[in-house]
Amino acid sequence: MRWLLIKDLQILRRSPLLVSLLIIYPIAVALLIGFALSRGPEKPKIAFLNLVPPGQATLSVGAEQINTASYANELFKSVKPVRVQTRKQAIDKVRSGEVLGALIIPADVVQKLATGLQPATVEVVYNNEDPLKGSFVDALIHSRLADANAALARKFKRIAIGDIGLLVSGGQLDLLGRTIQVLGLRQTRTILRAAQARLPRHSRQRAELARVIAFANLAISNLDLSKQVLGTVSQPVNVTRTPLQGAHRMPLDAFATAASVTVSLMFVTVLLAAGMLALEREEGAFSRLVRGLVSRGGLLAEKIALSAMCAFAVSLAMLVGIAAFIGLDYGRFSQWLLALAAGSLGFAALGVAIGGLAREVRAASLLAFLLSLPIAFLALVPSGAVSAGLFTVIKTVSFMFPFKAALQATNSAINGGGGLLGPLLHLLGLTIAFAALARLSLRRFA
Amino acid sequence: MATTAPTAAGESALSADGVSKRFGDRIALRDVSFEARAGEVVAVTGPNGAGKTTLLSILAGIQAPDGGSVSRPPDELGWVPQDAALYAKLSVVENLRLFARLEGVADVDGAVTRMLDQTGLGERAGEETSRLSGGNRQRVNIAIGLIANPPVLLLDEPSSALDPRQRERLWQFILGLTRDGTTVLFSTHDVGEAERYANRLLVLADGELLFSGSPAEFQATVGESHDFEAAFVRFLHERGH
Repeated sequence: MRWLLIKDLQILRRSPLLVSLLIIYPIAVALLIGFALSRGPEKPKIAFLNLVPPGQATLSVGAEQINTASYANELFKSVKPVRVQTRKQAIDKVRSGEVLGALIIPADVVQKLATGLQPATVEVVYNNEDPLKGSFVDALIHSRLADANAALARKFKRIAIGDIGLLVSGGQLDLLGRTIQVLGLRQTRTILRAAQARLPRHSRQRAELARVIAFANLAISNLDLSKQVLGTVSQPVNVTRTPLQGAHRMPLDAFATAASVTVSLMFVTVLLAAGMLALEREEGAFSRLVRGLVSRGGLLAEKIALSAMCAFAVSLAMLVGIAAFIGLDYGRFSQWLLALAAGSLGFAALGVAIGGLAREVRAASLLAFLLSLPIAFLALVPSGAVSAGLFTVIKTVSFMFPFKAALQATNSAINGGGGLLGPLLHLLGLTIAFAALARLSLRRFA
Repeated sequence: MATTAPTAAGESALSADGVSKRFGDRIALRDVSFEARAGEVVAVTGPNGAGKTTLLSILAGIQAPDGGSVSRPPDELGWVPQDAALYAKLSVVENLRLFARLEGVADVDGAVTRMLDQTGLGERAGEETSRLSGGNRQRVNIAIGLIANPPVLLLDEPSSALDPRQRERLWQFILGLTRDGTTVLFSTHDVGEAERYANRLLVLADGELLFSGSPAEFQATVGESHDFEAAFVRFLHERGH
């Protein structure tokens, strides 16, 4: 047992690539996670633009004054507001990824809340680069807005209850700087009963009846107001969404389809390309092949073509299978083919670059797997979810590997989100870059 | 590799002129020159680390020399690496057919049949090579090197993994090739094997060619001795190796 252990340690010591990977990988992942958790914002950042003119943040409901600014604090309980002065600033911050989204309070929101005739609406702007992010922003804003609505609703309810109490029991009402004595329904009833008892049948006591009529008018007026108040109690403030990229809002399951196809495409292609190239070395056939039978470039091209074709077929079959369940648009079929072809070429080039580093199939497969998984994970991190510095690093890393571009291409091809040409060109560039890297690594591959 | 016209007996089939190779600070080959004639069996021998495999790798075109030249391009030479370089998941006949096609052999089926006959592996043609014994895998390895009927065959320690019986059969096979004019150049650290089968010895030590000539000339150089191996060790020792 001891000798076996020593032997295996010796073998590991003589596999510097594997050992380096085993050491560097957990450290890199731990650093990444640690960095994200320690440096990332405690609350997601949301740009906040308040267009309500200064001094007009207060609305009158019946006899009560409500300061809407105090209810905005409800929105900021779990987000960190980044206050901006203009709509352009808000949109720029969303585009750059500095903030997760933007909340814009229009100038007329207080007026609409006061009248209750039209729903008060705030605007949420988010970057629609991926529906995961859109969904996250939606959930976040809705959750905070529900809290703000609940607080406003509580206030409206208290006012309504007070008004109804005044109508029933009577009392003083401060209105437009004047104090009005409200008779109340109970007292009215008492007066009416007394008047009724005193008056002979058919008597006309005009003065007392005039008071009853005045009360009736006031009651009608207040009940009208109560209707408006009660109408806004359920949802005083609504929200409208403005996506910045993509003309339409993409359902999450459509994006999930693109993501699952891209992940499958990546694993099949990268593992196959890396393994098949490493196999040439493991079998000892590489030196025999490249001494005139096949050029190194030709060998790489063959491995890229083989793995890309296999993965293309598998992912296309997968996509057609999914389409049978969720009804994808077959009108975009030619774009599916383009996206899958470009994606498989990009992943295949990455695969041969990995295969060129490894001496054995097992090492190549392990390396391919360990590299692919975090690349896919990083590409799905939305802007604003981590600190700006870390997101720049993530964006750079994602740009250097084919997953992000392949996901964008597949998503665009399947769902029509974003343009297709950009990701296709990006994938083409990455294919050339990784193929060149693989060709360099083959120089030490004898 | 297209089939090359056979070289007439006695003519130069392969020569190296001032071949040098360096790996960092270490000199693997220092100005090595030799000539092999058609139908000759040339043994490249020497202690471990002498530069035998490096020399054969350069002749085979796997590595480029830092200096010097080789008379034939790699694609005119058959190459048999020390470890069987074939696909374990393919059968014997599939391996032969693949390399015949890659070599550009005109009559692929004819070449495959000829190699199956020569190696005596006809009955096991359909078997995956991973199931073959070490000796049979080495025969397939050599057959692949010969599939294009090259005028010169390079073998890197061809018998090192074989038992005595397999080794004897292998040499009968190789010597049969030379009767048809094929030049065979092989590396070995077994000086007995070199003495027994080679027409010419190239003795390398620390990248330097110390001797080039027939086994008889080597004996004359080191003095009469019944023990060729002992004479070889003494020869190296006298020259500081």
